[in-house]
Amino acid sequence: MNPKRKQRLILILLGVSGVAVAVTLVLFALRQNVNFFFTPSEISAGTAPTEQVIRAGGMVREGSVLREDGSLKVNFTVTDYAADVAVMYNGILPDLFREGDGVVVIGKLDDTGLLTADTVLAKHDETYMPPEVTHALEQAGHPDTTN
Amino acid sequence: MFPEFGQYSLILAWLFSMLLAVLPLVGVVRKNEALQRTAPALSWGMFFFMMVSFFILVRAFVNDDFSVAIVSQNSNSALPWYYKFSATWGNHEGSMLLWIVMLGGWTVAVTVFARTLTLELKSAVLGVLGIVAVGFLMFLLFTSNPFERILPIPPTDGSDLNPLLQDIGLILHPPTLYMGYVGFSVAFAFAIAALITGRFDATWVRWSRPWTNVAWAFLTLGIALGSWWAYYELGWGGWWFWDPVENASFMPWLIGTALIHSQAVTEKRNLFKSWSVLLAIFAFSFSLLGTFLVRSGVLTSVHAFATDPDRGLFILGILILTIGGSLILYALNAHKIRTSGQFEVVSRESFMLMNNILLVVIAFAVLFGTLLPLLADAFGWRKLSVGAPFFNMVFNMVMVVLLSLLGVGQLLRWKRHSLKAWTGYLIAAAAAAVVIALILPLTLTGQLHWQVWLGMALVFWTAIGLVRMLLDRTRNSESRLKGMMKAGVGFWGMWIAHLGLIVSATGVVLVSNFDLERDFRMQAGDSVEMSNYRFTMDSIERVNGPNYSSDFGVISVYRNDKPIAQLEPEKRFYPVQGSVMTEAGIDGNLVRDLYASLAEPLDDERQVWSVRLQVKPFVGWLWYGALLMSIGGVLAITDKRYRLTKKGASA
Repeated sequence: MNPKRKQRLILILLGVSGVAVAVTLVLFALRQNVNFFFTPSEISAGTAPTEQVIRAGGMVREGSVLREDGSLKVNFTVTDYAADVAVMYNGILPDLFREGDGVVVIGKLDDTGLLTADTVLAKHDETYMPPEVTHALEQAGHPDTTN
Repeated sequence: MFPEFGQYSLILAWLFSMLLAVLPLVGVVRKNEALQRTAPALSWGMFFFMMVSFFILVRAFVNDDFSVAIVSQNSNSALPWYYKFSATWGNHEGSMLLWIVMLGGWTVAVTVFARTLTLELKSAVLGVLGIVAVGFLMFLLFTSNPFERILPIPPTDGSDLNPLLQDIGLILHPPTLYMGYVGFSVAFAFAIAALITGRFDATWVRWSRPWTNVAWAFLTLGIALGSWWAYYELGWGGWWFWDPVENASFMPWLIGTALIHSQAVTEKRNLFKSWSVLLAIFAFSFSLLGTFLVRSGVLTSVHAFATDPDRGLFILGILILTIGGSLILYALNAHKIRTSGQFEVVSRESFMLMNNILLVVIAFAVLFGTLLPLLADAFGWRKLSVGAPFFNMVFNMVMVVLLSLLGVGQLLRWKRHSLKAWTGYLIAAAAAAVVIALILPLTLTGQLHWQVWLGMALVFWTAIGLVRMLLDRTRNSESRLKGMMKAGVGFWGMWIAHLGLIVSATGVVLVSNFDLERDFRMQAGDSVEMSNYRFTMDSIERVNGPNYSSDFGVISVYRNDKPIAQLEPEKRFYPVQGSVMTEAGIDGNLVRDLYASLAEPLDDERQVWSVRLQVKPFVGWLWYGALLMSIGGVLAITDKRYRLTKKGASA
């Protein structure tokens, strides 16, 4: 083989194997780190998997936020006004977390239907609504409450 | 009346950009020199009216002209003047206007600094920049008019700037970042111009290199500023979230980094030409994609000012035309690019190639992770998000390979390099790196993490390579100092940028593994211990700022009973927008930051608070490293060969 062709072959092989390794790596990393979104209705219907990190979104039900004395543990209910999900969170809530406002929680569901969140996301200004929450409310037939 | 003048001026800029997009390029195709000579004047005309329009918008913000819609939505008479000024680009329309002004600025910079460029290439470059300007001016005029008025009765006061944006970060971060984003348009224009004119000689890439470097340096700085801003302003001490918008700026950075290296090979060795052209197209396409992702509102993000499907469609259109058009041009003309010469597997060229492959792989993996939720949405799959662990995993794994190769690659010679004489050095360096990385963290902290070990071993491995590079460079000089002076700015630019990379890498490794974060319940008089530090809450009281009221905490930090710092975390309430802000109290030095944030009041009198305390070792190194990288990038272009090409170009 002449050297130029050989070099080209090496280049192509390098490129192809690079891409192959990259694709494998990406798929491997992806399998563990994709979080699917479920609405409260879907969760109470049992669609959502347990022992896998999921996202759930809806409104924080009025009067549902219960803080444990002497710790940062807090319980609240996320609702799409058709079904509720109980959420437990141990940590600092975002500044704009409020009862009656939209919220997205990320965490694992247990067999009793309690979602233990390790992240709670609230909207970041007064007029903004997370699209996932809008989606959850629309699914449950309450599009008007989103604005 | 002024806002209308702003609008007229924007339309005039658009007309100039249309002429700029057409006349010089027609001149190039028809070989008509008179038409080609119009390009500089048209560029200046376009830039002038962009500036006029920008200053009128600034004036509207500074003078509280609330009849202008975006002023009334994003400013307030109680704001200090400098935030009124920066509020100009703290909104969608204004920030797009800033984007365009930068584009105009880069365009006239080409006319100024490229006086010695051949007329044909210069006209083609300016023409391509004109085409880009046409697209974005139309975007602004048709979907995002910054001068829209609220008439006949303007509001008496504005609804205030988002408190997150009332910060020095807003003054610095967007202009710097945009300089970088938009700067890649010049490298892009050079690539397209080369495709149009069919001239891929050595001068072409020599011309293009400095522009790429400057744009890259600005982008580096802009990303670092954004990260630093998020770190202290969002209040919880995170410095990188793999937020889609961060990714949007990081992807062009990765491609830009690859481009810098591939252009070096093209200039020095006349290789990788078509690859450099392709990367230049990609770098700018990623910049446009970033603009699309941020400005279209398709993403849930801090940066999504407003959601408007028209805007998204418009930018998507520009994006498809740019990428599609330039790739077609590339496909039609790439065969004209002749490469000569070969290289061996062990040579600087081949290591540069591996660097390029790895950087492009990271960029596309990030692209995939960023777009997957959008794809899922578009195809009606279940809504999903791709978590930060995905990006961390891919990025870290590829970086391990990249740094391992960098430790060798930066030392290699062009063409061919025999490793035989080097085996001893390589083994010694690798062993030293592994041992130092094991012993140093263990003796200093008493802890051992394999991640720290691996990360620091790579850092030392690369650092030893940098030292060796210096020794090699100065070996033949009479004295080391003279050798260093003679090494040339190109060498130093590279050396400093690589040093910056390992400084940043050190910061990432150490802060990711050794940072401490705990939440406490505290009131005045309480003390808590954390990692040899004692934090004492001295007081917490209500104070009033110019446009907010605040719970103001004072926390003294002691080490071995000696006071070493005072942290002043705040929880601010901005009544105009009804928003709450957590202002962290930070004390930083070279090796660690102490970080306190007030979380929530736990009693009705707001005297007992949950407080988050953090010790973040080496966090500052992240940004110092980025600063070094930018300095390196800019330093490299002061090389005299970029000034003396006048003779080279005409020869």
